[in-house]
This record gives sequence, structure tokens and C-alpha cells, in this order.
Amino acid sequence: MATQIRAEHELHRRRLSRNVGLGVVLLLLVALVFGLTIAKVGTDPSDELGVPGTEATQ
Amino acid sequence: MTDTSTNSSAFDAEKEAGFGDYFALLKPRVMSLVVFTALVGLIVAPVSVHPMVALAAILFIALGGGASGALNMWWDADIDRLMNRTRKRPIPAGKVAEGEAFAIGIALSFMAVVMLFLAANAVAAGLLAFTIFFYVVIYTMWLKRATPQNIVIGGAAGAFPPMIGWAVATGSVSVEAVLMFALTFAWTPPHFWALALFVKNDYAKAHVPMLTVTHGRAATRRHILGYTLALAVVALALGLTSIGGPVYMTVAVVLNAMFIKGAFAISRRDDAACEADQHLVERRFFKLSLAYLFGHFGALLVEATLAPYGLGGW
Repeated sequence: MATQIRAEHELHRRRLSRNVGLGVVLLLLVALVFGLTIAKVGTDPSDELGVPGTEATQ
Repeated sequence: MTDTSTNSSAFDAEKEAGFGDYFALLKPRVMSLVVFTALVGLIVAPVSVHPMVALAAILFIALGGGASGALNMWWDADIDRLMNRTRKRPIPAGKVAEGEAFAIGIALSFMAVVMLFLAANAVAAGLLAFTIFFYVVIYTMWLKRATPQNIVIGGAAGAFPPMIGWAVATGSVSVEAVLMFALTFAWTPPHFWALALFVKNDYAKAHVPMLTVTHGRAATRRHILGYTLALAVVALALGLTSIGGPVYMTVAVVLNAMFIKGAFAISRRDDAACEADQHLVERRFFKLSLAYLFGHFGALLVEATLAPYGLGGW
């Protein structure tokens, strides 16, 4: 009787959840920092890249 | 034997941590309270914040809270193994190694503080750093196992988020922020001691001095009443500040009247009465305490939301 090796073990499922979870968290962090950067440089009047009409852009 | 099937016992799959186990290290239930109160602190502040900055700030405050939770689990792993309530936490369950939890806690703490500084300001970041230090070093390492007032001290750490939220917006701390801190600070002891009266905890086994064990249940009942009365003063005082208003004051008067009534009822009871009705009064008081905190911060949120229409505030 041939025996079978289970390709999908519980262990693999847990590791996959860990890896996918960490990947999603890192992507969200990148998106958050990007969004934060846009918000900061776009609204801070004292910033050189600040809103149009301020000293830096004139 | 030519059996080539995988041998499950060779490596215990149950001990392999999933993503959820690492998330559990951050104490998500505590984080939800942190997120809510920090958000209220940020929104009721008189300075408006860019939504993206607000979102980032709240997330980093929550991350800092989660990081301190991981460090708390790292330090308390020895007693968590002894108590039924905490036995299934990732470290005692054998899913996450102690060193791993420590590394995650430290790394996330630094990341949260630095990112909050970059997203908001030094005052907010400094307060977050102090909160983590206070919870991990002052509470977890030092006083939790040393004094029956541990709940009071631990409550202070949980009370900082609305103050940090306020600091994100204003860059400073004012009387409103201090009173929001005081509200959560004074609320924590009656909330937890009511729970301690009806949940059979095994703190004694772990040598953690809980008030119910060190001073008895009668003293705990008196303490609940004392803190509840102090809490009412703080709650009403908060209503008189710039972030209060008729909606908040109405909610505060009603909830505090109910809370004081409940605390008086608890203070008059004895253990025989508790056993007879299976801690009905204590259970009701505990449930009310949840509504109490969310009610007060929710009312502050309503005041701030109505303000642009000329309806909120005094």
C-alpha cells in the first residue's frame, strides 16, 4: 500500500498566514508613509514645498 | 518499516505561530480602547489636523500601546503560565518565544515613537514614549507585583492616549487633556475591581497582590465607592471645560448618577448576598462601567461634531 506525504501541512498554513500577514502590514506601512508625506509637504505653509501662494512658491 | 508519511509529532504544528499569534501579543482589545480615546482626544482639540496625519498618528499611538502590551507579556510570561485567564497567551502557549516578544516589543516601541514624532510633534512622541516606559517599567516590572494598588497605577498608563491625541493636534497639554486623562485614570479601578469581585482569578497563585486578596472583598467594595465618587467629580469638571457642553453634561449627569448608585449598592453588599444572586449587582456595575467610558468619550465626540453647526459646546 503506497503511503502519501501530505503536501499541505498545518505548519505550512500557519507559516503562510504569517508571511502574507507581514506582507500586507508592510504594504500598508508603505502606503501610510507615502500618504503622510503627500499630506505633510502639501499642507505645511512653512515647508518649501508648501501650499501655492506662500513665500517658497512665489 | 517503510512508512514515509509525515510524522506530525516530529514537529508540533500547534506550536508554530500564525499571524494572529503575533497580533495577539499586541493586546488588540486594549488597543481598541487606545484607538477610541486617542481619536476623541485628537478630534475635540481646538486645532484641526489633516486627516492623513490624524490617521497616521492614531495608528502609531495604537502601535505604541501594542508594543507595550508585547513587552508586558514578555516580562509576565512566568505568571501568565500560572493563571487560567492568561495561560493561552502566545508565550505561555509556546507559540512565540520570550526573546521574540521582547524584540518585537522594543522594535515596535521605537518605531511608534519615531514615526509619531515625524507625523505629529515632539510633545506627542514624548508622551507616547513615557506611556510605554510607565506601563512596562513602572507598572509591569516594578509595581504590579509589589502593591495592591497595581490596578490604579496600570490605569494611569491606559489613560494617556486621549492626552496624546490632544497633543498631536495642539502640540501641548492643557486642562482638558489632563481631565480626559483623569477620567480614564479614575474609571479604571472601579471597572477592574468590580470584575475582580465576580471573576475567580488566580492572582494569589501567581503572587500578584490584588486588593480582593490582600485587603479583602469588603475593603475592595469601599475602594470602588471611593473611586466612583472621585470619578464623578472629574467627569463633571470635564463638562465645564471648552470641550464640554449640554450633550456631554446630560450624559455625564445620567451616567454618574447610575454609576454612583451602583457603587453604593456594591458597598452595602456582603459575600452571602453576592453568592445568592450570583454577583448580579457587580456584573451590572461592570457592564455599566463599559458604557460609562464609551458614553463620556462618545459625548465629547458629539459636542465636537456639532460645534461647526453652532450646536456643540457652551
